[in-house]
Amino acid sequence: MSDTVTMKGKPLTYSAAETDPAVPRHAGSAVAVGPSGSKPQKKLSRRNIVLYGVLILAALYYLLPLYVMVITSVKGMPEIRLGNIFSPPVEVTFAPWVKAWSEACTGLNCDGLSRGFLNSVQILVPSVILSIIIASVNGYALANWKFKGGEVFFTILIVGAFIPYQVMIYPIVILLREVGLYGSLTGLIIVHTIFGMPILTLLFRNYFASMPEELFKAARVDGAGFWQIYFRIMLPMSLPIFVVAIILQVTGIWNDFLFGVIFTKPDLYPMTVQLNNIVNSTQGVIEYNVNMAATILTGLVPLCVYFVSGKLFVRGIAAGAVKG
Amino acid sequence: MAVTARPARWHRNLSAKIAAIPMIATALVVFVGGTAWTVVYSFTNSKLLPREKFVGLDQYERLWGSAKWLISIQNLAIYGAFSLVFALVVGFLLAALLDQKIRFEDTFRTIFLYPFALSFIVTGLAWQWILNPDFGIQAVVRGMGFESFTFDPLYNPDIVIYGVLIAGLWHETGLIMCLMLAGLRGIDEDIWKAARVDGIPMWKTYLYIVIPMMRGIFVTAVVLIASGIIKVYDLIVAQTGGGPGISSEVPAKYVYDAMFLSQNLGQGFAASTMMLLSVIIVVVPWAYLEFGGKARRV
Repeated sequence: MSDTVTMKGKPLTYSAAETDPAVPRHAGSAVAVGPSGSKPQKKLSRRNIVLYGVLILAALYYLLPLYVMVITSVKGMPEIRLGNIFSPPVEVTFAPWVKAWSEACTGLNCDGLSRGFLNSVQILVPSVILSIIIASVNGYALANWKFKGGEVFFTILIVGAFIPYQVMIYPIVILLREVGLYGSLTGLIIVHTIFGMPILTLLFRNYFASMPEELFKAARVDGAGFWQIYFRIMLPMSLPIFVVAIILQVTGIWNDFLFGVIFTKPDLYPMTVQLNNIVNSTQGVIEYNVNMAATILTGLVPLCVYFVSGKLFVRGIAAGAVKG
Repeated sequence: MAVTARPARWHRNLSAKIAAIPMIATALVVFVGGTAWTVVYSFTNSKLLPREKFVGLDQYERLWGSAKWLISIQNLAIYGAFSLVFALVVGFLLAALLDQKIRFEDTFRTIFLYPFALSFIVTGLAWQWILNPDFGIQAVVRGMGFESFTFDPLYNPDIVIYGVLIAGLWHETGLIMCLMLAGLRGIDEDIWKAARVDGIPMWKTYLYIVIPMMRGIFVTAVVLIASGIIKVYDLIVAQTGGGPGISSEVPAKYVYDAMFLSQNLGQGFAASTMMLLSVIIVVVPWAYLEFGGKARRV
């Protein structure tokens, strides 16, 4: 590696034009960006054909399931039985969506996924709020108010994030049963808060630690206390990291299946669990279109979060991934 | 600095300590306490309820004598090995392609990453439908005239785990690609220039210069994929339910079934302890390599 580094910068000017960090040159935005549109004749080179060909093929593989789900969900059952799952619908019907939302049966309940949706919302909102409040205060205490033993507990927390959930599930069942919360939404909310803690605490701790220390010191000199600094200085300055945390938690908690199936009762099952019960139920005629409509409905919330948040989503998982 | 000497030590930073109570409770009660509890009770013959009748390694002997567990382990090994290799290779290739200063980079990235936002249940059900032999790929290819074409991974015990693998990779490669892309963007442009001036072919530059420089990213990706592999549960439940028969069982499902379906807590505890052990075997050497020698900074 070192021998290549020694050569750096020798003939810089030679390749500067093509290695310029390409400003995204979208069609139509030919406003004066300088002469950046070099060598247009190379656009259809063999290299580009291969490059885009591979990328488009890969994109098709990734899009295929979504496409199949959507078109299946708007076909009628006769058409599904006779036709090809990849062919577009001849006749578009939204009846499967209505049925999936309000009529599909799981066990004795026949009120569709709407029940699971409401349960998931009732689980999601308090879990996200509670876990973020606790983790942000925690991270703040760890980053700015170093106290004896703090790092030790934090290390345990991070190491704990690697322990498979299965190892800790049953003791939590017992604890929740002892306090009468097993099988209730409150119990599940506590579980989500606990297991969201390592990654969120890490996220907030690192963020607060990266803020200029003078800020904190100045506030201390002015006599501000723990909570005052948190609410009046740290909180207003850390909006982006809160958004990242919210994205992380909303998708994570909405997509959870394991905790939902263990810590709630059938009436309170979150959407993912109910979806699985609807689709994989062995009774009755299988209605593939209803199943696919139900599947899309369940995936809709995280998908919306994903498409709306864009770069922040990437940042969230990168923050979670790189350090976790 | 700001914290001048206070009279008593214990209530120094008292607010911070109070604020940290949830973290301390979680760390001690759930992570340490819960884990220890499960390990201890894996040596008992608990059935429907945990009891303190210790039977030594009985549960472990029974575990390793159970066909379902052996299949679970085998599936996890196959799924894990392929998942690791394919996710790394495909993730890196996609990232390298996206890094060629192409148009519509954002669009491609959005497409590659969206499966990661979906739950494993949704992923599993979508692929269950596509791989359905009566309607999915097999039926379509047969409809085109290849009557003897067979592609029914979810109904063939020998290859069912590969059917799950297709879905698993669909879900996770986007994430790995994102990590790799961030790593590639962190490589100094001058290195590329120097390599080009020296006339080193692009693939060689990647293989011998860029990839070694991205060691940290690769380690992160491996840890990430590995910790995901051990947790595989929802995907199996949604896509195959462990079937056909018990041919696509995995350890996480074994634990759940033992604890909550077959009232066999001891087996569940023993199996989950084995899962813990496997994580320790993977994580401890890594943590030692990463944080052991150098001054530790988390």
